[in-house]
Amino acid sequence: MDNFSNLMDGFAIAFSFFHLALMAVGVLLGILVGVLPGLGAPNGVSLLLPLTFTMDPVSAIILLTSMYWGALFGGSTTSILFNIPGEPSSVATTFDGYPMAQQGHATHALTLAFMSAGFGAMFGVVVITVLSGWVTQFALKFSSPEYFAVFLLTFASFIGMGSGSAFKAIVSMMLGFAFATVGMDGISGNMRLTFGFSELVKGISFLVAVIGLFGLGELMQTMEEGLRFDGIHARIRIRDVFKAVASMPSHWMTLLRSSLIGCWMGITPGGPTAASFMSYGLAKRFSRRKEHFGKGEPAGVVAPETADHSAGTCAILPMLALGVPGSATAAVMMGGLMIWGLTPGPMLFIERPDFVWGTIASMYLGNVMAVVLVLATVPMFAAILRIPFSIIGPMIVVVCFIGAYTISGSRLDLWLALPFGILGYVFKKLGYPIAPMVLAMVLGDKAEDAFRQSMMMSKGSLAIFWNNSTLVATIMSLAMLLLFWPMVSMIIRHLRGAEHGRRISA
Amino acid sequence: MFKTKLIATMLASAFCAAGASAAWTPDKPVEFIVTSGAGGGTDIFTRTIQSIIVKNKLMDAPIVVVNKGGGAGSEGYVYGSAEQNNSYRVTFGTNNEDLLPLVAKMGYSSEGFTPVAAMALDEFLIWVNSNSPHKDAKSFIEAAKKGDGLRMGGSQSKDTDQTLVSIISEATGAKFTYIPFKSGGEAAIQLAGAHIDSNVNNPNENIGQWKANMVRPLCVFSPKRMAAGPKVTKDMSWSDIPTCKESGVPIETYQMPRTIWLPAGVSPEVVTFYSNVMAKVQQTPDWKAYIEKTSQTGTFMAGDELRKYITQDTARAYSVFKREGWLAK
Repeated sequence: MDNFSNLMDGFAIAFSFFHLALMAVGVLLGILVGVLPGLGAPNGVSLLLPLTFTMDPVSAIILLTSMYWGALFGGSTTSILFNIPGEPSSVATTFDGYPMAQQGHATHALTLAFMSAGFGAMFGVVVITVLSGWVTQFALKFSSPEYFAVFLLTFASFIGMGSGSAFKAIVSMMLGFAFATVGMDGISGNMRLTFGFSELVKGISFLVAVIGLFGLGELMQTMEEGLRFDGIHARIRIRDVFKAVASMPSHWMTLLRSSLIGCWMGITPGGPTAASFMSYGLAKRFSRRKEHFGKGEPAGVVAPETADHSAGTCAILPMLALGVPGSATAAVMMGGLMIWGLTPGPMLFIERPDFVWGTIASMYLGNVMAVVLVLATVPMFAAILRIPFSIIGPMIVVVCFIGAYTISGSRLDLWLALPFGILGYVFKKLGYPIAPMVLAMVLGDKAEDAFRQSMMMSKGSLAIFWNNSTLVATIMSLAMLLLFWPMVSMIIRHLRGAEHGRRISA
Repeated sequence: MFKTKLIATMLASAFCAAGASAAWTPDKPVEFIVTSGAGGGTDIFTRTIQSIIVKNKLMDAPIVVVNKGGGAGSEGYVYGSAEQNNSYRVTFGTNNEDLLPLVAKMGYSSEGFTPVAAMALDEFLIWVNSNSPHKDAKSFIEAAKKGDGLRMGGSQSKDTDQTLVSIISEATGAKFTYIPFKSGGEAAIQLAGAHIDSNVNNPNENIGQWKANMVRPLCVFSPKRMAAGPKVTKDMSWSDIPTCKESGVPIETYQMPRTIWLPAGVSPEVVTFYSNVMAKVQQTPDWKAYIEKTSQTGTFMAGDELRKYITQDTARAYSVFKREGWLAK
């Protein structure tokens, strides 16, 4: 129980009035940057970083991590209310969160999202506390083949998701891969698909695409349907918040599965975005109400939110223990660590246990505080939807474009957001799913790098994906099974059907 | 102590104000452009300088740090040189400012910048996993000559790391399979997990793993051994690492300057202003602490000395790029 006594020491450090105040400030600022699309947690944290230079490292990390929690919550808010994910990792929340809000269940959706996010984060901190020694060993086992296998598993869990045509999903995903290749190629250092535009060298920002695909695309759809938005009729009652909280235990299976996926992806580091997508895909796969997903299924909000936060929390561990950031925000914090005079790495746990355990203890406190604060904002945010669409619609457009511009201050991004908006609209009309494209844009270049690094390691032999370690072999086989599952299940159904038919004729 | 400092600063600023008719000072926020992502070596370099300037009030105008690390930093260089007479865009980078346009069409040219100062030289070392049979650089190079290429990891492609690996191969006949990762940090973890045989990371990128005895340094590409500092592991400090030359690898120096740039069109007074600020930064104890903590070599080059250094450095890289066929057509 060594970890436990360390944790108690940590609580002694974190539990002071000053630190609690820092947490509250951090969480509130985080919610603010999370709500504004384009700003996001990594930018918010880097904006705050100079303030921490003169702080004690424990106080500094408490401020930054609290801001991170707040931003993760804020990102879900806009996903649900306006279909604009504030963070890449909250894209999957839009799939069912936004339909719920449209049907007038915004309060329910927001509360569910925050509660499950809180649950996921708590699960993550407990995992960190219990397994801190073992987890670092596990993460060290990961090399390029393993990364590729994990990414493939994420893609595969989306292809055969059940409803809709698997071919349409593949088309959408392939387009996403194409967008992901724009810019400088990390393996060869050459430029691809930039057409001489120097602004394209950095690639197409995923957030610009998302703002167009989801935000603008959705607005066009709403306009076509005659500016109807059922959220207006929703009545905001505090009772709804409690009702949603009370319904949490019925999602226990989703919560547990998503927390595990989240932790695994946070540690390995596949990242919160991959975690939320995969967990949504699997929740749909295993759900008995498959056909309700995408139309406002509560479990479709619970799954990605839980995984997102447990991954975000678990990503802190490889950052502290190995010096590998599991997410973009963790990378910024790691830079901070070095400026404060700490070296992230395996020795940090031994050299500065007060810092490490103070941070972990603050994660317990910070998350509880974040859930409480954010639940208090639910009625306020839900009330926004009562504003008539003819007023809120143009405002969303403005926010979308400000968001697109904020990402890197590039004018080309504004022009890019527009065609993505049209693409999103066309996709919706023709019944192509947008999610696989977004997923491919986020993970496409990482998967490609991992694949090509593996090929360099094995000198061109694909066998590396099976004989590098039992770990990679297991993940690969799982991915293949998931990928071909629609075909397998079709064959099984066909055989069963044939048998059935024979029995009737006999 | 604090009071005397304050008075000194006030006096200094009074003098500046008195002689200000000719000297240029910024009168609106200055952008510090980081040509790497948040958390990268250049990011820490920039933010350390920012924090020192703010803490010691070396500049009155506020500073805004922006990360533009896309396309291996070219995003930042394009932005930093886009407005040729903008005195409010200071770009922080490494020698990749000169190297990037050589290997690909980048949307900026190295002539678009004028160097302000080089503040530090980051060292390169050969590292192996601590379970590796190779105890010194010599036996490591011998092993690399025999096989069909040891796995050598590094940060980015056709950048400083891969250039060094090419120089090693050329000088010794050793064969490596170079595997590019997104950052030196990733290459460090891959080495700690024994997925690659070696890397040529900067001290700061591997120190965490070295402290934990997961990796081992073989030699440093520096003309003389590094400054001692406190012990890193139980029995070794930085100065216990032999130079590559003394361990029989015929390459004397390979270092990466951390350099600060302005657009080429700004007036000489502007360049002087910023290089004076940097000279003051370089004298603070905080700066010395940064240099020691990151195990870099402190330096201060400006003006013609810096220009000469850059010309030589680029010429060396050019010959490697030419041999490897990396030059952009």
